[in-house]
Amino acid sequence: MTISADHTAHEREASRSDAAEAVDELVKQAEEVRRKFGISLEDYMLPAHHQIQMVDPAGRMKAKEEQGTEPGHEYPTPGDDELLAAYEQLVVGRRVNDQNSALVRQGRMAVYPSSHGQEACQVAAAMCLREGDWLFPTYRDAVAVMSRGVDPVQAMTIFRGDWHGGYDPHEHHVGIQCTPLTTQLLHAVGVAHAAKLRGEDIVVLAMCGDGATSEGDFHEALNFAAVFHLPVIFFVQNNKYAISVPLSHQSVAPSLAHKAVGYGMAGERVDGNDLVALLAVLDRGVKLAREGSGPLLVEANTYRMQAHTNADDATRYRPDSEVAEWMAKDPISRMKTYLTSQGLLDEDREAKIAEHAEQVAMQLREGLGVDVSVDPQDLFSFVFSKPTPQLREQSALLADELARDASATGANTEEAGK
Amino acid sequence: MSPTVTTSSEANGNVSAATARAAAKAAAVAEASGPQAITLAKALNTAMSDAMQEDPTVLVFGEDVGTLGGVFRVTDGLTATFGEKRCFDTPLAESGIVGMAIGMAMNGMRPVIEMQFDAFAYPAFEQIISHVAKMHNRTRGRVKLPIVIRVPYGGGIGGVEHHCDSSESYYAHTAGLKVFTPATVVDGYRMLREAIDSDDPVIFMEPKKLYWSKDQVDLEALRAEHARGEKSTAGRAAVARLGTDATLITYGPSVPTALAAAAAAAEEGRSLEVIDVRSIVPFDDETVSASVRKTGRAVVIAEAHGFASVSSEIVARIQERCFHYLAAPVLRVTGFDVPYPAPKLEHYYLPSVDRILDAVDNLQWED
Ligand SMILES: Cc1ncc(C[n+]2csc(CCOP(=O)(O)OP(=O)(O)O)c2C)c(N)n1
Ligand SMILES: [Mg+2]
Repeated sequence: MTISADHTAHEREASRSDAAEAVDELVKQAEEVRRKFGISLEDYMLPAHHQIQMVDPAGRMKAKEEQGTEPGHEYPTPGDDELLAAYEQLVVGRRVNDQNSALVRQGRMAVYPSSHGQEACQVAAAMCLREGDWLFPTYRDAVAVMSRGVDPVQAMTIFRGDWHGGYDPHEHHVGIQCTPLTTQLLHAVGVAHAAKLRGEDIVVLAMCGDGATSEGDFHEALNFAAVFHLPVIFFVQNNKYAISVPLSHQSVAPSLAHKAVGYGMAGERVDGNDLVALLAVLDRGVKLAREGSGPLLVEANTYRMQAHTNADDATRYRPDSEVAEWMAKDPISRMKTYLTSQGLLDEDREAKIAEHAEQVAMQLREGLGVDVSVDPQDLFSFVFSKPTPQLREQSALLADELARDASATGANTEEAGK
Repeated sequence: MSPTVTTSSEANGNVSAATARAAAKAAAVAEASGPQAITLAKALNTAMSDAMQEDPTVLVFGEDVGTLGGVFRVTDGLTATFGEKRCFDTPLAESGIVGMAIGMAMNGMRPVIEMQFDAFAYPAFEQIISHVAKMHNRTRGRVKLPIVIRVPYGGGIGGVEHHCDSSESYYAHTAGLKVFTPATVVDGYRMLREAIDSDDPVIFMEPKKLYWSKDQVDLEALRAEHARGEKSTAGRAAVARLGTDATLITYGPSVPTALAAAAAAAEEGRSLEVIDVRSIVPFDDETVSASVRKTGRAVVIAEAHGFASVSSEIVARIQERCFHYLAAPVLRVTGFDVPYPAPKLEHYYLPSVDRILDAVDNLQWED
C-alpha cells in the first residue's frame, strides 16, 4: 500500500485530463471498429457465437454460412499453396511426436510432452507468422518451435537431458520453451512493447494451455497487452486437460475466448483440429495486429490425445471412449481428405511429404539416439556473463575432484591389467 | 487409508464423520498387523488420512490432488474416501491456492495444501511471505493460520528444469514460517501429523527422491503415540547414527547420503555421527551443539546452493556456540552456486559420499 500525500492541484488537473483522454481513446477505438468492421466495439471483442470451423471432421469444406463467421468476424479461406505447405508440416509434426515418444520409451529422451492430436495448432501457430515475428512456446510446443525453422534436434534438446534448452532464441525469434506456466506470455508482451518503442513492425504470438489460463500471469499479460495496445496474439490450445484436471475445474466462463473482452481485447474460438480454420483465423489476426488493432486472444478447441507426458497415466482420470471420440476428429485425416478432394494432393505428393517426415525422424534418431557427451564445467560457464570468483573456485574444486577420479580409475585399470 | 474401503456414496462427495470413522476402522484393522514395509509417500498419505478422520476441519487441496491422487500419489484415495469437499482440485494457480488457504484458515479450517513441485510454489511466494508468515504477528496473535504447505523438493530423480529445486532457504529465511523436512518413513508420518496439529503455518518440505524409500513401520503404534500426544519430533533433530570422531549435519534428501558416507568412513576406522536436522525452523541448537562438542569436528551437508543458505546458518550457529570445542573449521558439502542442472549433469552437482569423505579428510586431523 502506498500512502501518499494529498495530490497537488496541478496533479489533480493532470489526472483529470488523463481520464478524459482515456474516454476519448475508447470513443476513437469504437469509431474505428465500426468503420472497419461495421459492428460495435463490444461485438468486436466478444467471440462469434460459434467456433470457426471450415473443414468438418469428415474432410468436407462447410458452406460459408455454416462456418461460424459473423459480420466483423469474417475469415478468408487460405490459399492452396499455404494449405499444402501447412499439410506437409502437419505430417512432419505427427511423425516427430511419434518418433519422440519412441525415443522416450528407449530411454533416449528424459521426458516428452507430446502434442499428438494438436499438430494443426502447432503448425498454424508457426506458419501465421512472418520472418522477424516472435513466437513464445511452452514445453508442449516443440513442433511449433521446429515449424518456425529451429533445427529439430535443437528443439528437442530440452528433453534430452543434457541442457535446459538447445537453440538461440534470437536466431529464429523463438523464445525458450517455458515450463513455469504462462510466464512466457509476459515476455511476449515485453518483446512487443519494446518493438513498439523501437518502431519495429512485428507481431508476437504467445502460446499456453487451457489450465494455464488460471495462472495470475495469464491475466496480467492480457491486461498489459491491452493497456499498451500491443500486437500480441495469445493462442490458447484448449486440449481439455491440465494433467488430470478437466477444463470444467478451471473456468466456468462461456469460453476461454470470452476472457478477452474483460481486458478490452478481441477473442475468437476456432476448431483446433481444423488446420484451414486455424490458418484463416490466425492469418487475419496477425494481419490486424500488424495494422495496429491491438492484441487478440484465440482459443483453439482441441484434445490431448496422449497422457500429459510419458510419466503420466491418463486412464486414472478419463475414459477411453472420450479419447476415441476425438480420434474421429483427427487433424491429419480431415486435411488429407479435403486436399485430395480438391485435387491438390496426389499419391506422388503424399509420398514426397512422407519422405520428408521420415528424413526429420531420422535426424531426430541420429541426434538424440547418440550418447551426448556432457562437459561438467558447463555448470559454471553460463551463470553470469563472467564467472564470479566464487564460481571459479567451485569450478576448480570440481576439476580437481574429476582429475583425482580419473587418475584413480586409471590406477585401477592398470591394477586390473597386471 | 486404502481406497478399497470406499463406497460409491462416499465417492459422491459428502461423507459423514461416522462413515469416515468406520472406514478408518476398517483400514486400521487391515493395517493392524504390526510392522510392515511402507513408503514415505504412503506414510504421508496415511498421516493426512488419519488427521482428516479425526478432525473434519482438515482439508486437502491443490493441483491434481483429487482424482489423480497427486503427481506423486501422496494424496491417493483421499477424495475417494473423504469426498470432494475434503480433498479437491483447484484451478491451476499457486497464489490462489495459498491465498485461499489463508482465508479458509481464518474461517475455521486447517488446510493442507500441495505445491506440485518446488519451483512451482514460486507464484505463491507473495502470499507465503507477506501473509502466511506475518498474519499472526501483525494481528498480535489474534489470527492463527494452521496451514501446512507441502512442497516436494530436491533433485536426484533425473527431473527436467524447475522440478528439482531445493527451496528451503527462502522459507527458513522468512520469519514466521516453520520449516520441516522428514528423511525417514516414520518421521514422514509423525512430522506431518505434527505439522497439521500446529497452530502456526508449516512449510513441509518432502524429499521427492525418498518418496519410494521403504521402512518397516508399525502404523498402529504411531497412531497410538500420536493419540497420547507425544511430540517426539517437534523442533527436535534426530541422531541418525552415533559416532565419536566428527559430526555430519544434514537433512532431507541428503540424510541417506550422509549415512552412506558414515558407513564408508567406519570401514576406514573413522566414527562419524550423523544428525538429521528434521526441523529447520525451529532449529535444534541443543542436539547439534551437543554432538559437535563431543566430536570437535563437523561437516554440514545439503543439496541446496551453499551461498546464503540453511547450511550457512548451521555453520554460523555451530561456531557461535561451540568455538572452543572445535578442532577444525566447520566445512560444508552443498550444491554449487549454479542453477540446478539438467539430468545428465545433476550427478556432478549433488553432494556425494566421496565429496563428504573428502570434506571429512580435510578436518585437520594431523594438527
Ligand atoms: C506455475 C506452474 N505450476 C504447475 C506446473 C506443473 N504443470 C506442468 S504442466 C501442467 C498442466 C498444464 O495444463 P495446460 O495449461 O492445460 O497445458 P497442457 O499441458 O494441457 O498442454 C501443470 C500443472 C507448472 N509447470 N508451472
Ligand atoms: Mg491442457
